[in-house]
Order: sequence, then C-alpha cells, then structure tokens
Amino acid sequence: MSINHTDNKPSDAIGSRTGMWLFLYTEIMLFGGLFVLYAAYYRMYTADFTGAGKELDLIMGAVNTVILLVSSFAVAASITAIQQKSKKIALAFLGFAIFLGFVFLVNKYFEWGHKIDLGIFPNSPVMADSPHGRVLFFSLYYTITGLHGIHIIIGMTLLTVVMAFIMADKITAQKYVFLENAGLYWHLVDLIWIFIFPLFYLIY
Amino acid sequence: MDNTNTEVIDKPIKSFYETPSPARFTGISSWLLTIDHKRIGIMYMVSVMVWFVIAIILGLLIRTELMATGSNIMEADTYNAIFTLHGVIMIFLFVIPAIPAIFGNFLLPIQLGTDDVFFPKLNLLSWYLYMLGGLLAILSLFADGPPDTGWTFYVPFSVSTETNVGLTVTAAFILGMSSMLTGLNFITTVHRMRMPGMKWLEIPLFTWSLYATAWVQLLATPVLSITLLLVIFERVFGSGLFDPSKGGDPILYQHLFWMYSHPAVYIMILPGMGVISEIIPVFSRKSIFGYKAIVGSSMAIAVAGSLVWAHHMFTSGMSDVAVFVFSFLTFIVAIPSAIKVFSWVSTMYKGSILMTPPLFFSLCFIYLFSIGGLTGLVLGAAGTNIQVHDTHFVVAHFHFVMFGGTGFAFFAALHFWWPKIFGIMYNFKRAYIAAILTTTGFMLHYIPMFILGVMGMPRRYYDYLPEFEAGNFFAGIGAYILVAGLLVMFINLLMSFKDGETAPQDPWGGTTLEWSVPSPPPLHNFVDPPKIKGYPYDFTEIVKANALKKGEKEL
Repeated sequence: MSINHTDNKPSDAIGSRTGMWLFLYTEIMLFGGLFVLYAAYYRMYTADFTGAGKELDLIMGAVNTVILLVSSFAVAASITAIQQKSKKIALAFLGFAIFLGFVFLVNKYFEWGHKIDLGIFPNSPVMADSPHGRVLFFSLYYTITGLHGIHIIIGMTLLTVVMAFIMADKITAQKYVFLENAGLYWHLVDLIWIFIFPLFYLIY
Repeated sequence: MDNTNTEVIDKPIKSFYETPSPARFTGISSWLLTIDHKRIGIMYMVSVMVWFVIAIILGLLIRTELMATGSNIMEADTYNAIFTLHGVIMIFLFVIPAIPAIFGNFLLPIQLGTDDVFFPKLNLLSWYLYMLGGLLAILSLFADGPPDTGWTFYVPFSVSTETNVGLTVTAAFILGMSSMLTGLNFITTVHRMRMPGMKWLEIPLFTWSLYATAWVQLLATPVLSITLLLVIFERVFGSGLFDPSKGGDPILYQHLFWMYSHPAVYIMILPGMGVISEIIPVFSRKSIFGYKAIVGSSMAIAVAGSLVWAHHMFTSGMSDVAVFVFSFLTFIVAIPSAIKVFSWVSTMYKGSILMTPPLFFSLCFIYLFSIGGLTGLVLGAAGTNIQVHDTHFVVAHFHFVMFGGTGFAFFAALHFWWPKIFGIMYNFKRAYIAAILTTTGFMLHYIPMFILGVMGMPRRYYDYLPEFEAGNFFAGIGAYILVAGLLVMFINLLMSFKDGETAPQDPWGGTTLEWSVPSPPPLHNFVDPPKIKGYPYDFTEIVKANALKKGEKEL
C-alpha cells in the first residue's frame, strides 16, 4: 500500500502497515459473521454437524493445511531474502508460494467436484431429503470455503503484483512494505483456513 | 484577522481549484482522477446532494400519498418500492457518507495540520465505489420490479420476493466497502499524519468524532457485508442459511443485520455531534466546556453503541434475560450522548453569543436531537417498546435523530464551512428564513407521527384507518413546509456563487487550523507550516482582536 503515497513524501512504512492491519480487522469481522452463524447452528444441530463432518475428506483437508502453512513460510522467507538484497531468491520463494496457492485451489476443485457428483450442494434433490443440520453444514461449508477460495485468488494476484514490482525494482531492500503487506494478507488467509479446517474436518 | 487578510492579497496564492493534483490532468480529468482530498470532498458533495434531492422527492411522494386514506397518487406496489428506495438512498447514500465523506475529507487533514489523507488513491477509490453503489441502486429502480423490502432487507421476504432485491443488496454491499475504506483512511491519517507536536488531546473535536466514527465503520461494516452476501447466496443458490424450511433461522439474520446497522446509527450521528462541538464554542467565543468529556463520550458511544443492537428485536423472540440486558445497555448509551448535550449548553452559558446561520442550525440540532434521543429511551425500555414497536412512533423517533440530528448538523456544517470551501459568503437573511422554515416544517411533520404511533398506526403501511387521517394530513402539510425550507436553503447557497461576497480567511473567528489558511485553501493546505497551538479552543486572541476592532470603530 506504500504505492499510494504522493510522490513528494517520504514513505511511512509504519503507516502503511497500520492501514493493512486495519484492513485485516475488517476481514476477520467478515469471516467472524460466518463463524457466528456456524456457532449458532452447531449448537442447534450438533449431531447432524458431527455426522456431516465425517463425510469430508480428512486427508485432503490436512494436505491443504500443510500446503498453506508452507506457502506462508515461503512468503515470510521472501521478505528475509529482499532484506538481504537477494532479488532472485525472493522471486523464487514468491513463485513457490503462488504455485502452492494454485495447488490448494486444485485440491479444493476436486473436493468440491466430488461432493457435487454425490449430489451434495445447496438446493439439490439429495439435500432436500437430508436433515436440516446436514443442509446447513454443507451450505456453510460451501459459503465459507468458497469465500476463502476467493481470498486465495486475491492473495495470489497480490503476490503476482509484488513479483512484478520486485522485477521492476519498485520493491527493494530499503522499501519493501508493499511486500510485507501482501505477506500479511497471505498469512491472514492462511490463518482463516487454520480455523476452517478443524470446524469442518475435525469436529466428529 | 484583518492583518492576515491583507497579507493574502499581497502575495496571491493559488487555491486548490486552480492547481490540479496530479498536475498533469486538466479539465474534467483533473477532478475524476484527482488525489487531492479537497477535490474528492467536493465530488462527494455534488454526488451526495444529488442523492439527497432524489430521496427528498421520494419522501415527499410517500407523505403526499398518506395525506388521505385510500389510493391517492400511487398504487400499493409503487408505495412499497418508494419507501424502500427512500430508506436505502437516505441511509447508504446520504446520512452515512454526508458529513465524513464531504467535510471529513475536506477538513480532517487541515485540522491535523497536514496536506492530505494517508492513502490518497484509496480515497479516490472510495468515491468510485460510492458512485458504483449509487448507480446500482438507481438501476434496481428500473430492472424488473424495484425492491419492496424496506431498507432492512429482512428475510424471509427479501429472499422470496420476486422484485430485484439482489441489485439493491449488492449496491448496499459496495457502499459499505466505500464507507469502510474511508474509515480505514481516516484512522491511519489521524495516527500517522498529525503535524509534528500535535498531541492526542490537541486534536479538534470534529476530527475526534470522525476518528471514533471510523472505528465503528471499520468494525461493524464487514458484518453487514457478509450478511448481505448471504442474502445474495440465499437468492442465487438457495443455501438455506436463513430459510426455516431448510433449518435456517431468520432471527439470526436480524441479529447480524443489526450488529452492523445499530452501530451504523452512530456512524451517522457522531460526525454530526463533532460539527456541533466545533460551531458552539466559536460563536460563544468561549472554550468548549469539557473537551476531554466530549472526546471520551465519542469513544464511549462508539464502544457502547456496538453492544445494543438487539433492542431492535424485542418483539422478534428473545430470552427475557437478553431483553433485559439489551434494554439496560441501551440506557447506558444515553449517558455519553447527554454529556455532549450538557457540554454544548454549558459552553454557551455566559459566553458572548454571536448569532449566525450555522449557530442557528446548531441550536435547532440540540433541540431536535434531544427530542429524538429522549424518545429513543421510550423505545429502549422493553415494556413501552412492545407498545409502540413498528409504529409511526419509531418513524418519528429515528427521523428526529437522523434528520433533526445528522441532517441539521449537516446543514450547520454547510453554512459553517461554505465560506472556507468556496471562498464566498451566502446571504444570512435567506439562510435564517430557510432555517426557520425547515425547523417549523420539521416539527409539524414529525410530531403528529409520535401521536399516530402511540395511537397505534403501523409504519410502512400503504393505507390506514380513518381516525389517523387528521395526523397524516398535518404531517403532509409539514412535509411541504420542510421541503420549501430546504429549497430556500439550496437556492441561497447556490446563489452565493453568483452574487456572494468574497469570504475572508476567518469569517467567524474560529481557532482550529482550517481558519488559519486561505479560503479556499491552496493545494497543500498551508501557506506557511502550521504552528502548534496546544489547546485548540483558546479564544483569547480572537476576543482581544475583536475588542481592538470595536475600539477602533468607536474612535
């Protein structure tokens, strides 16, 4: 976000980070609303929720968790690389992080695809015959992981822009707050998944 | 005062109107692509006023229809669409953005002694989001059936209705983002761009109120965003999260909706209170009473106001304990609001009052807002709430707060900062006439609604029983007087462009930093680096200068 400064001003990295943290607050509140719904419906339909949780593929979920954790590490490592002026290593780490984000989405695609093949999606005939708790569990599953997936795509776009900036030397060892902010965003997306994973895959 | 003026004339300073920023743009693109906070503020002013006028016309249509029983000028469906759009436009496109986006953008950096907001490009993006949201709202009017849910978009009706609610909900979602980003920008600016040496308790009260507002915008708006998104998912995919036939709970929608929308009324009123806190001391020539108490109460309102949402839902089905807790918390919010009212009145006590249009509007504000606030307690008390819930009493109450409060604070701000923003002075006599007409019309318009509400007339109904006819008729007359007053005000302000006198740098004798710069301000706001004043409301210099001028005249 440091790019938003007027040209004649020295950039204020702390201020840019403040802005990013404030933005992350809003993201937490956004997902917070969904988690409130989850909590309320979990209390109303506990048995249905734990039952439906068993239907999700634990291995896939665990693999995706590891993928995001590693990608978060890669982004953090790229910041260290930039600080030490190793442009190529920074680019390599960022490229790796974007690649992992892509792998995450591919996994998610197969997971969703499998569920849709089984007829599990909102408003489907299968769902019409299911108990209420199961319907809500999968509606929440699609809403929350879908919204999270959109955030992954935004994060990947952001990291791509960062890569372009590094190549154009707009991000350097002296001025890398934009990379830091993009990194913060990526970590948040990762962190949200850390909450989604147990809520859907580990609740039985 | 006069000395500084001659100085300004001696070395001509180009105002920001003549210096586009970035400098490479000219003509219309120097506005549409600008990152100057003052130009963005003026773009907001133009667009907000257009929406305000549209919503006034819609409101007047509603009241004309209600002046007599039966169908008078429209059918029931049209009526539903019109009151929905009146609400959506007034709330999301006028009351929420009016003061922060126009005056906040223009004045916050100047009051902090800096040259722009922290994220100027983000600021421009907020304006574009605002325009996009407004455009979608207008589109929803014409695409297969305007929305008819009321501005609250309550499920299950908002999910099952055939009209084009989806578009309006998307518009509200985008407008929420715009308001959120403005808040983010203001918080960062206040934290990082105060001029060197300015301490927290030296920030002018208007900026303080914007700061408190910005936190509410930031923390509450995302909850509305997700709720509206869920309504869209519900309509498109049938996800069932709020649909009882699939196990969902519509009451949860109401909780999530009011979790934003109650704090949102503080987004609407806090900047208005900030405006009044600026105007009252200037025209009392006296330091504001209880500066710290006003600062503290702004923050207290921001916090406490976020914990009272369920008082909108006393009749929706809640445990008695919840009703008790939310009713109690609602009463708590009355305390910081009252602190402000007492501080304003105490500031005027033994002050040397100078009557001007901005002060006149401020006094009307205090009176109307107090009525609005006190009737709010009637609604906050669980017992009386059930009696008047969803009646015209509620309509009267929130119009007293939103219109009598924020609306009048907006008019006061317009008349207070008009000479600063445009460098011209309007006609005082016409401004007073406008103020008297609007206030009289306002009272005649909304007081009958309190009575109708207590008598039991429900809100949002197209038709009513014959015994409510007299009240509705008088309310309609009041509406026309009110609109006449607004018309006089707008015409007066617009005519100042043609025959208004040039305004000096400090026409009122204000002490905050915006009065130490030329009217209109230059591109980087300050000709010389601003001097730190310590306490922002010290009028000794102004009083001395005035006494001196008076002495000279007598000689």
